[in-house]
Amino acid sequence: MTTTTRKSAYRQGIIDSSPFILVIIPFATLFGVLATEAGLNVLETMVFSIVVIAGAAQFTALQLMQENTPTVIVLISALAVNVRMAMYSASLTPYIGAAPLWQRALCAYVTVDQSYVVGVSKFEREPDMTVPERVAYFMGAVTPIVPLWYVFTLVGALVGTRVPESWALDFAIPIAFLAMIAPMFRTAAHVVAALTAVVVALLAAGVPYSLGLIIAGIAGMIAGAQTELWFERKGAPK
Amino acid sequence: MIETGTLWTIIILLGIGSFGLRFVFTGLVGNRAMPDWLLRHLRYTAVAILPALVAPQVMWPTATDGVFDIPRAAAAVVTLTVGLATKNVLWAVFSGAATLYGLLFLLG
Repeated sequence: MTTTTRKSAYRQGIIDSSPFILVIIPFATLFGVLATEAGLNVLETMVFSIVVIAGAAQFTALQLMQENTPTVIVLISALAVNVRMAMYSASLTPYIGAAPLWQRALCAYVTVDQSYVVGVSKFEREPDMTVPERVAYFMGAVTPIVPLWYVFTLVGALVGTRVPESWALDFAIPIAFLAMIAPMFRTAAHVVAALTAVVVALLAAGVPYSLGLIIAGIAGMIAGAQTELWFERKGAPK
Repeated sequence: MIETGTLWTIIILLGIGSFGLRFVFTGLVGNRAMPDWLLRHLRYTAVAILPALVAPQVMWPTATDGVFDIPRAAAAVVTLTVGLATKNVLWAVFSGAATLYGLLFLLG
């Protein structure tokens, strides 16, 4: 019985994250292409994608390495872009923290923007899921994403030609994220959190090492939490 | 040209660092209860971070060297609006993509 629900949770995860297939293919291909253009061979490009498995951080590191930036600065900048992963990790902990250590380690490795947003929105919607179901669902959500990340990095590295700019692939990611976040605005507090984060992100866009994103994220989270408290004190429904 | 030694150093350290960031809470906090105030903030992680990630790209897209671009901005607005109205991710993605390509073609 448990196996059945776990299997169906896994399958549901696959279905729910499948829209991201459209995003991850061009994104991974682009990384493969750009890495090759930067002089990385196929092995180096593949290991990069498999070990780091974080698109935005990889693009950042690649860009800075080409500009002969000192190694320490490359690392700090790329990791700063990835600091949001620590926030995702914290946000997932109440849901999957009770899973065995090896499962948590596996989930950590595959925590990317897409699996996080698919996972956390499901866990919020269905608080009755068991921990094994959540882990199964999360693994389902990465199944269409992570293997394609590897495969299309390889395709990009092998093809090696520039993807035409007229395809406007740069915008695949913003569209996918906006589409994913929209159904998550369930309360006024969520809306306040998002609007605050957007305003601060735009004001802090000039802050170095992508730290503007982290500042904006924290500001949005504080705004959301304060709004929630305010509604609680008023006794109004959240 | 990127030096091989530097490249591998960066790949390995970046890999360890990225895993560390992802593992720091799920792995180390695990099943221990986190304080209410922290949980209250974490509930807004997704709706704060992702819009903050997207907003500068909508206003100042890299592809246009940071110049505000009507097709991209319109695509963002349409995606969000359709997403809010239908709660359907695929509809939102397709409407956004159609807006982007439609306007790029028309204004191109």
